[in-house]
Amino acid sequence: MNTDPAKTGTVLEIRDVRTHFPVTAGFLRKRLVGTVKAVDGVTLSVGRGEVLGLVGESGCGKSTLARTIMNLVPATGGTVVLNGRNLSQSNARELRAGRREMQMVFQDPYASLNPRLTVFEALSEPLLVHKVCPASEVPARVSGLMRTVGLAPRFLKKYPHEFSGGQRQRIAIARALALEPRVIIADEPVSALDVSIQAQILNLLSQLCGQMNLSLMFIAHDLSVVRHISDRVAVMYLGRIVELGGAEDVIDRPQHPYTRALVSAIPTPDPDVERRRQRIVLAGDPPSPLNPPRGCAFHTRCAHVREQCRAAIPPLAVHAGREVACIRIGEF
Amino acid sequence: MPLLDVTDLRTYFHTRDGVTRAVDGVDFRLERGETLGIVGESGSGKSVTCYSIMGLIPQPPGRIESGTAVFDGVDLLHCKPAQARAIRGKRVAMIFQDPMTSLNPYMRISDQLIEPLLIHERISRRDALRRGLEALEAVGINDAAKRIHHHPHEFSGGMRQRVMIAMALITRPELLIADEPTTALDVTVQAQILELIKAMQKELGMAVIFITHDLGVVSGLCDRVQVMYAGRIVESADTRTLFQAPRHPYTRALQRSIPSMQPKGKDLYTIPGLPPDLSRPSIGCAFAPRCESAADTCLASDPKLAEIVPGHAQACLRVQAGTL
Repeated sequence: MNTDPAKTGTVLEIRDVRTHFPVTAGFLRKRLVGTVKAVDGVTLSVGRGEVLGLVGESGCGKSTLARTIMNLVPATGGTVVLNGRNLSQSNARELRAGRREMQMVFQDPYASLNPRLTVFEALSEPLLVHKVCPASEVPARVSGLMRTVGLAPRFLKKYPHEFSGGQRQRIAIARALALEPRVIIADEPVSALDVSIQAQILNLLSQLCGQMNLSLMFIAHDLSVVRHISDRVAVMYLGRIVELGGAEDVIDRPQHPYTRALVSAIPTPDPDVERRRQRIVLAGDPPSPLNPPRGCAFHTRCAHVREQCRAAIPPLAVHAGREVACIRIGEF
Repeated sequence: MPLLDVTDLRTYFHTRDGVTRAVDGVDFRLERGETLGIVGESGSGKSVTCYSIMGLIPQPPGRIESGTAVFDGVDLLHCKPAQARAIRGKRVAMIFQDPMTSLNPYMRISDQLIEPLLIHERISRRDALRRGLEALEAVGINDAAKRIHHHPHEFSGGMRQRVMIAMALITRPELLIADEPTTALDVTVQAQILELIKAMQKELGMAVIFITHDLGVVSGLCDRVQVMYAGRIVESADTRTLFQAPRHPYTRALQRSIPSMQPKGKDLYTIPGLPPDLSRPSIGCAFAPRCESAADTCLASDPKLAEIVPGHAQACLRVQAGTL
């Protein structure tokens, strides 16, 4: 398994990406009343064939980050470099070419497929738009895509409503693969699925990464799923990365107080373990990104908080083989 | 006498495409103060079972075809409507999955919170409000005296679920039915809500039926677990037995497909195929087409839930015959 992006070559690199949304009030005369810093200075890289897991609670900015990388939401600052090409400074045509190399799979397979298009139409559309191959070769390629994701080509004339959730997610993955991208960004691709179906989709994604040397950015809130599929994991809290490292390091031996609380909150399917364990129950909800706390954003819920935590935003620093953003790291 | 005794419950939905047998012969008992987990994938009938007991099945298209649900001597499915109303909402309360849609957005929290009290108890509005305030404080809402006059949209998801719990528990029910109450919440908030339900249960001594698809949630919370598949209970045992020595092939398969139970870097175990279409007539075990251990007998005769040891029942024909 590739864990070092330097050795394997970085495919996607994002530097200090910020996405801020203005909040306005007033009806006719809009005035700016604040800024939601959904993503506030995130630096990450994804190596070739690597799976990077991105976890965090709702509202932490993980989906906004994915959309910013895809340029579905304009970035306020920072750069996104895909295969050495800076997408932040690209014109529309370069951007379109960039999109070919980077595709997205969304959470809800019920909403992300056009209900009026047959599977064949949905899968052939990207091939025709990007003129990937002559029109005569399209049917063969579409059938090939179906087989890649484990669906029989005889389903091609059906509409999305005729499929189950797991099958729809396979179609969404096939559509993302149609342009032979190098990077796939999957935003909670298994959250809407049942356990047994979830396992099928996870297996499919890992197989694809292995066989096609595809890089995957896997966004989820379920840590056990992320631990299983990812090489490295990044934990986000209120628009920033608080811990980044190898999947097993981060999830089995978390260092940041937030990651510790997050890991300890997952219920384990073992009654003996579950009854013995000491759970760190965080008080309250995550703070509003409209009015984030000063200093470390986690200090309002942190058990180890000190005066200096409120003073400045802690930078990511190397500790125990991963990067952690906590000034008191190693003290507890 | 058990607090709740459900026998041969069958709830079918009669639609244009045929009859869907959502719940197809469910039997279970619940003692006072006990916590029962009902686990299953979507469409397994776990919610419909509880909705039937609570009288929340839309009829038509739904119809309760057979069965009884005896709560403390009263059959909720066949008693007079007034009798059922006196129990549902007062002695049996329910909380739902989505706290965003299960509170009335037009009503202040105060009004919806004390509604059950005004309906079920002879109480003045002023006393009801005082009890409402206590209930909000008990579920951990800060500044309850001010917050009680707010509308639902002014609360976060976790806070709304707390309001729902306060509302369900305000009449001090003997049974709480919780239908996936933490599925829509983040893990850290889920942990808070689970702790809250445990604490309130201890305080009130009530029984809880906890419906979920998450085996992890069940393991820390429930005394007993029953697993549903295709409208029937396939296995029922105390929590430890169910997790450590499951017998039914479906329970085993479900357990094996949880990512945290499997070594990293290998393919996850998956159950082949899809759950059956419940609007098609089926013969034999509903799980047989997806079962690794299915034999010819499984497709021929209908399995029945039977005890293999006292307190541990399961519905696999081959386990019952001793060949698995």
